[in-house]
Amino acid sequence: MTGVLAQARPLLEWDWVGRNGELLWELTRQHLYFTGMAVGIGLAISLALSVVALRWRATLTPILGFGSVLYTIPSLALFALLLPVLGIGDALAITALVTYTILILVRNIVAGIDGVPREVIEAADGMGYRPARRFLEIELPLAMPVVVAGLRIASVTVIGLVTVTALIGRGGLGALILRGFRTLPPFPTMIVVGTLLSVVLAITVDLLLLGVERALTPWARRKTAP
Amino acid sequence: MPETTAAPVAGTATPTDPMIALRGLTKAFDGQDRPAVDHLDLDVPRGEIVVLVGPSGCGKTTTLKMINRIIEPTSGEVFIDGQPTSARPAHELRRDLGYVIQQVGLFPHKTIAQNIATVPRLLGWDRDRIRARTAELLERVDLEPELASRYPSELSGGQRQRVGVARALAADPPVLLMDEPYGAVDPLVRGRLQDQLLELQRELGKTIVFVTHDIDEAIKLGDRIAILNVGGVLEQYAPPAEILREPANDFVRSFLGAERALKQLSLQAVGDAELVRGPVVAADESATAARSVAQAEGVDWVGVLDGERLRGWLWTDDLEDGRRVGDHATRDFRVMVDHATSLRGALDAIVTSRNQVAVVVDDDRYRGMLFIEDVARRLTLSGGGRANRRATPAVSEDRA
Repeated sequence: MTGVLAQARPLLEWDWVGRNGELLWELTRQHLYFTGMAVGIGLAISLALSVVALRWRATLTPILGFGSVLYTIPSLALFALLLPVLGIGDALAITALVTYTILILVRNIVAGIDGVPREVIEAADGMGYRPARRFLEIELPLAMPVVVAGLRIASVTVIGLVTVTALIGRGGLGALILRGFRTLPPFPTMIVVGTLLSVVLAITVDLLLLGVERALTPWARRKTAP
Repeated sequence: MPETTAAPVAGTATPTDPMIALRGLTKAFDGQDRPAVDHLDLDVPRGEIVVLVGPSGCGKTTTLKMINRIIEPTSGEVFIDGQPTSARPAHELRRDLGYVIQQVGLFPHKTIAQNIATVPRLLGWDRDRIRARTAELLERVDLEPELASRYPSELSGGQRQRVGVARALAADPPVLLMDEPYGAVDPLVRGRLQDQLLELQRELGKTIVFVTHDIDEAIKLGDRIAILNVGGVLEQYAPPAEILREPANDFVRSFLGAERALKQLSLQAVGDAELVRGPVVAADESATAARSVAQAEGVDWVGVLDGERLRGWLWTDDLEDGRRVGDHATRDFRVMVDHATSLRGALDAIVTSRNQVAVVVDDDRYRGMLFIEDVARRLTLSGGGRANRRATPAVSEDRA
């Protein structure tokens, strides 16, 4: 197939890119919107699930198991499963994407909180912290590096997956890639530009989150005393 | 239980009721066949440092943690200032009890100032009051003000431990609970931190419960020491001098160890010991007079006094007839100790300098001499009579 593509037209036609700047921007924006919604909602749900898992330890394994099941369902199958409930639309796309973030995020949030040193928790209790405030002021900030690491993996994963939602009529840059295939003869520029922009988006978001993490954890980079 | 535990403060004049009273305090952990702490009664007098000490498994830490309810007792009651601790929510109780732990447990993501401000913030103090209090506490524990904006990872272990104490003191709680606070710092730093705690205590008069497994630390810090045996059994509760003098039973005796006599030395200052004047003569005395002083003392050297100051010493062989003692060159004494130094400290100084005599001074004023034989006699409590005074302030190199 790539042979056919290569023969038919050049891989990248710059004049097309130049003429369609507005379309590309629109699709990139849409791509980001889906990613942001999915990771944002995924984070909220994961935080809630993590609080439950941390409060009642016995629920951790079932929660992670649930996340794993969601994670392993092929995206196409998931669309088919959710379609009767949600219909075609953004809700279907975002819901499907959210399911892929849960496992990654819950696991990282729980690992991050578990990684808070025992003596720090004991000191906080000894000072008279109550559990909710201790979680928000002590445990969550200290878990931040691990949580953000999870967010980075989830975001990069979702940016890749958004393209698949093109199959249900959404998909941001995925829509461009799909159109490139469906055009007769296939139009490689669309496929290449869609793919490249998606990759660039993933790298940019990853670096941005890294920046966020560094801004949120100034203490982690100060040099250690001898 | 031994008789000494019955009424710990009876007989001594305690003006008020105890700050902390443990009554029948018991903790049984699930899956253990005997309780970690078993019906413990203990009174902690106001303004005193009480040290809980004992081998591992004696329940000392468990006992401490039941005071601030980090561990809830199985039965029994803790009273603070006459009020049962179970009568109020644990988090409120804890804000009134300073708490210092071995690993310090500073919050790594908060600056030193924010760490110290923890309890005042929980209590809802206003910003200015917190800032003023933080600055005051940094000074009190001898930390430079610049450290306020640093993070814990940028401080040394000793500095971190001092921040831990400052944080515990922040809201000026009447009680300080300290769980092996100096267990993880090196001995030199530990000594300084202990001195600082005693100094703080003199200024602030807190009631302190201090847990350690180190009997020397207990002797140094405690107004009273509670020696606990496995299972939280109180074997003896008394001031350190009394425990060293009269161990209640074999357990206490063996816990104190073979160096019990040596440890007693750490409780007495050299200034309070029987010092001898030693072979010293005034600078304007004659060489002949100096020789006779040395002879009377049975030594072959003399110290030279300038008024109240001890200038140094010289061999009697180097004395020249017809000259005054002060006209001779003198050597410096190697071991000079302040009169407030403990006998143990003076002994250490003498031994580590491979010398046999320490000069005791009060500022610059000569107070007397402490000979190693005299200290040794205290230790053995035998060998009466005056020791053969062959000691010199010289080490072998000086003879060459």
